[in-house]
Amino acid sequence: MLRVIVNRIGSIAVVMLLVALMVFSLIHMAPGDPAAIIAGDNATSEQIASIRDRLGLGNPLPLQFLNWIFAASRGDLGVSIFSGVPVFGLICERLEPTLSLTLITIVIALMIAVTAGVLAAANAGSWIDRAVMALSILGFSAPIFVVGYVLIYVFAIQLKWLPVQGYASLSAGILDWLRHLVLPALSLGLAYVALIARITRTAMLDVLAEDYIRTAKAKGVSPDGILIKHALRNAGIPIVTVVGIGVALLIGGVVITESVFNIPGVGRLVVDAISKRDYPIIQGVTLVFSGVYVLINLMVDLSYGLIDPRIGRR
Amino acid sequence: MSALDAGAATSVRRSSTGRFIKRNPMLVLGILLLAIILMSAIFAPWLVGDPSAMMPNRRLLPAGLGYPLGTDPLGRDVFARTIYGARVSLTVGICVATISVLIGLALGLIAGYLRRADAPLMRIMDALMSIPAIMLAIALVALTQASVVTVIAAIAIPEIPRVVRLVRAVVFSVREQPFVQAAIAGGAKTPRVIIRHIMPSTLAPLIVQASYICASAILIEAALSFLGAGTPPSVPTWGNMIASNRLYLAKAPWTIFGPGLELALTVLAINLIGDGLRDHLDPRLSRRM
Repeated sequence: MLRVIVNRIGSIAVVMLLVALMVFSLIHMAPGDPAAIIAGDNATSEQIASIRDRLGLGNPLPLQFLNWIFAASRGDLGVSIFSGVPVFGLICERLEPTLSLTLITIVIALMIAVTAGVLAAANAGSWIDRAVMALSILGFSAPIFVVGYVLIYVFAIQLKWLPVQGYASLSAGILDWLRHLVLPALSLGLAYVALIARITRTAMLDVLAEDYIRTAKAKGVSPDGILIKHALRNAGIPIVTVVGIGVALLIGGVVITESVFNIPGVGRLVVDAISKRDYPIIQGVTLVFSGVYVLINLMVDLSYGLIDPRIGRR
Repeated sequence: MSALDAGAATSVRRSSTGRFIKRNPMLVLGILLLAIILMSAIFAPWLVGDPSAMMPNRRLLPAGLGYPLGTDPLGRDVFARTIYGARVSLTVGICVATISVLIGLALGLIAGYLRRADAPLMRIMDALMSIPAIMLAIALVALTQASVVTVIAAIAIPEIPRVVRLVRAVVFSVREQPFVQAAIAGGAKTPRVIIRHIMPSTLAPLIVQASYICASAILIEAALSFLGAGTPPSVPTWGNMIASNRLYLAKAPWTIFGPGLELALTVLAINLIGDGLRDHLDPRLSRRM
């Protein structure tokens, strides 16, 4: 098991280094002088020179990359061109809303998706199964921001049950915090629910066809017991894998959701940076988001041993 | 040929079409829906008025006669803009699907067949997959002048790894098959083995994958436009319409729901086609997914 972990971490390090190289080279892939592009159309040559200086764009490329990656590994992601504040600090300030939103979304999505997937597989071919599959296609097709505005219109503007927009910090009370996160989590989670429900159904159907399920039935285990204890446990690996891969959907979706619901999180930081061409922010957040994705999928890989003890022994 | 024979032939053809519709209702529904959207986008100038004409005395008109979706805050016809909006979306969707499939196919064949290229290429693809598609697209678009071409490139790049993985998996499963081994033993050169004997097996899964990429590209384009990182605001797209009308949600909801609905229907149509094709091309898999 230890060797597996060490191997995985080794290949993760390679992937992470490549990610860093790509995020770094984004700025040099654009045609023309990156400093001039960042400075905008009306910049003077002094402004362009100062940006080039601040980003170290005058140095040879390999040196720039080494400087950047050593700084990044110490948590120094450069400073915002617009405000002059360190990017790392800006990200940390805005971490709470983004983490709250993604965690609530994952919890709600898992509850809905696994239940729907298990019900669909247990009643394969019935109307429940067809309804779950039809809803999952709709879930894949509905854009986050459209769903978001429909939810705001119905539940906040017309019914006035929930706040229209904004974020309430957890320190101000858990109920208000939840009330502000319900609609964003539902919009963000829709595609994620669709993805997990589909894979849960497929994995359950595979497991339910196994011999040991027939054995369990024959020895008189209750149908619910078979579903939960025998089938769901053994369908765990594909489900957990997709939960990890699907985090990419959530991370991308956070940017849109925070913009729709006016949540002051890391996603909004990026959106605000687009119009200001604040490139260090875009670069820093892209690197952090990619790192989170890689780490979550490493955790998913390592959890295989917990779900299925045979994997650890191999 | 007698009249009787001709009649029998038509009825056979009709019943086989009927059977096709009955066996693939979702595929047919998706194709119909997409055909309507595609036609309305192509023939937009003959169907609706000028999408950019501003009528200052007709701002935020409610939906009604003459303006099925009302007018926006600048007094523009929302229905006309929605119909025109399909042009950018469909162009981006089709171009992204074509480009990423072609590049992904080439890289996937190389990775799958040339063992030495496999590991480095796949690590690069792993890294590319680790960067969330929207973030990569935002970063690329923010650095270049916004245009349809940069948007297409920015969306196509993050889609490539998915195609590479798929093609590589197919190559792995075909590589050791007797017909490929026979071709190699018969003295066929590597490019010929890859193109003539291996590539045809990738076609069916690639068509299905292309439709999913097209759907996802349309969603990402709309998101980029919505976030202000897409095509210039002068071109009507569903994303930038929703973004510019968002402040009027309570007063004029159809200026947002109209383009939103057509966006959702377009993506739904393409996803239905993808699912339908997958079921039709690979019935073994379809019973499970």
